[in-house]
Amino acid sequence: MKSKISVENAYSKLITLTTARIGLGRSGISIPTHHLLDFQLAHAMAKDAVYLELDLDKLNLQTMLLHSKAKDRSIYLQRPDLGRRLDELSIKKIKESKLDKSYDLSIVIVDGLSSLAVHENVNNFIEILMKDLSGWSLAPICSVKQGRVAVGDEVGELLNAKVVIVLIGERPGLSSPDSLGMYLTWAPHVGLTDESRNCVSNIRLKGLSFKEAVKKTVYLLNESKRLNYSGVNLKDRTVSNGINQIKSKQKLLKL
Amino acid sequence: MQETYSYMLGQKTYNFKNLADLMAKATPKRSGDELARVSAESSQERVVAQMRLADVPLKIFLTQLLIPYEDDEITRLIIDEHDEKAFELISHLTVGDFRNWLLSDDTTSEILKKIRAGLTPEMVASVSKIMRNQDLIIVAKKCEVISSFRNTIGLKNRLSTRLQPNHPTDDIAGIAASTIDGLLYGSGDAVIGINPATDNVNQAIELLKLLDEVINGYEIPTQSCVLTHVTNTIEAIEKNAPVDLVFQSIGGTQKTNESFGFNLHTLKEAEDAALSLNRGTAGNNVMYFETGQGSSLSANANHGLDQQTCEVRAYAVARKFNPLLVNTVVGFIGPEYLYDGKEITRAGLEDHFCGKLLGLPMGCDICYTNHAEADQNDMDNLLTLLGVAGCNFIMGIPGSDDIMLNYQTTSFHDALYARRVLNLRPAPEFEEWLLKMGIFKDMDRFLLNDKIPHVFQNSIEKVVSYEK
Repeated sequence: MKSKISVENAYSKLITLTTARIGLGRSGISIPTHHLLDFQLAHAMAKDAVYLELDLDKLNLQTMLLHSKAKDRSIYLQRPDLGRRLDELSIKKIKESKLDKSYDLSIVIVDGLSSLAVHENVNNFIEILMKDLSGWSLAPICSVKQGRVAVGDEVGELLNAKVVIVLIGERPGLSSPDSLGMYLTWAPHVGLTDESRNCVSNIRLKGLSFKEAVKKTVYLLNESKRLNYSGVNLKDRTVSNGINQIKSKQKLLKL
Repeated sequence: MQETYSYMLGQKTYNFKNLADLMAKATPKRSGDELARVSAESSQERVVAQMRLADVPLKIFLTQLLIPYEDDEITRLIIDEHDEKAFELISHLTVGDFRNWLLSDDTTSEILKKIRAGLTPEMVASVSKIMRNQDLIIVAKKCEVISSFRNTIGLKNRLSTRLQPNHPTDDIAGIAASTIDGLLYGSGDAVIGINPATDNVNQAIELLKLLDEVINGYEIPTQSCVLTHVTNTIEAIEKNAPVDLVFQSIGGTQKTNESFGFNLHTLKEAEDAALSLNRGTAGNNVMYFETGQGSSLSANANHGLDQQTCEVRAYAVARKFNPLLVNTVVGFIGPEYLYDGKEITRAGLEDHFCGKLLGLPMGCDICYTNHAEADQNDMDNLLTLLGVAGCNFIMGIPGSDDIMLNYQTTSFHDALYARRVLNLRPAPEFEEWLLKMGIFKDMDRFLLNDKIPHVFQNSIEKVVSYEK
């Protein structure tokens, strides 16, 4: 459907450098037809991804399955308050499990807004993370359906964990319906807000690598343990490969 | 003791337990107020609340405080900074009369400027609740708010854009590619602003250095910003990073801002630090704030107020620190606060109007997420409406798709559409640069050059060859 009526961008080579929609060319000043329709398709796919259900068979590990107070996706989308809390049955389930008195770390897997992100990334992330967790006593791993980030605080509190990490599907983007987020909270309990958490975002094959994400997570775990807090006052000072890359390429933009 | 309000319609008396309740129930319908359980229970109750609110004298807002003075530093800011003299001209009006006064032929841009300091967020929020979309547009158009750093933003018949070259891993070649694309489509005069993928001081510093080199290298009359937490930027300034603008998301209650990890003192410290660098050439507005309806409720910090009133209270915070840009990120928060295209459109127009009336350089991130009932057509409509209303700036992003933040906002192409249909030019200094560089061949008809200007051709070759 490419047409000479449109002006193509002679720098289409740049397209290989990013998944952003650059070098689209233009019809007049508007987006050419085939790019317009590509976008519409991507939006349709992302809308469909929001409604995909979490499938525990896709995880390589056993989890204790829990559910938030939001009964279904429609309620979940309109009532974030319900997605932040466990339903009665789940609370009972944790309390009745034969558990230790306390743990160092609780890992909670949550569908969030993209089960696809959980299906595709959690196995890889946890496999690498486990290698770095010597010295941490680990609570039974839990999974939560129809959950928001803060539901991890309630799980962590019920499990008596010093720190909780939540692995959750982030809002699906057009080019990234599969982005996983990691949220860490020291001394988790119901009622905490975002300033108490640290976040590592965009964990996926084409985003932040699993190795890098685990490195940041372990750094945050160790720092929160050392300082006895998490959140806005705990700064991520890891020097990532991404930054080394920035330094080495910085000169390129000069004329 | 809070005063109660009542209104008799026929045989039925409607009661409202206090001013906050009356304002919440008078608010046009939106999901966030229903989530907060503060909205009207019927369409009729909503209009009755609007009728009662229209009878409330503006003076009342100076004594009936929605959040107690001793509990909230933003209430204290609003009351302590209120200018009685500026208020004098409108002090006799009710909310309903105030709407008529704003629309009056005799109320000019100059007069609106004079009363700014006499207005509180609650007065402005209240009048907006009884205004139709066209009222919000026609009055906002009368308000002119100009700010400057390396160029001049907000002049009449001008529209600026924030070039937003985000990349999911902050990859430098990826950011460079999107930046070049944007510049070649004439975007970037409000700011070239990156949302970093991870909240990390070192990363922010490296990105700041990169943008500084781009702006210096091409001699672009614009400013840069890395949208990281205010305390990170303060730390970056201490480490001698080239900071143009200090960014922070702000809300309308003290508790909201505590949940964001800052207070008014932090912002003062940040503004002073950025001013000390003295990097502006056209002016000294060094702050970039983002807001959005729903943030207070999201932090459990709304004190029973409706989300639009909380939003306008955030503008009192912004106003205190002389921002270059205030951006309402209207559809980012999601469908639990603004459910669909209709609610997003209304909120965008309200935020723009309220900000402008209070004297803020308002722009709008005209946007939606994939879990909201909205699409590109809704954004086209809001873009057109805000263009008519005289919005200072919008976002510019490749093909509307933010691959880092996972939402859709206006594209480089969209900005050109608004320029053409509404005859809106970029900031004058930037316009001159676009012509000098040969990016546009005719600015009167907004014609882009079909060929890539030589200097950009060279940089593209360098970036591409390095990747190989």
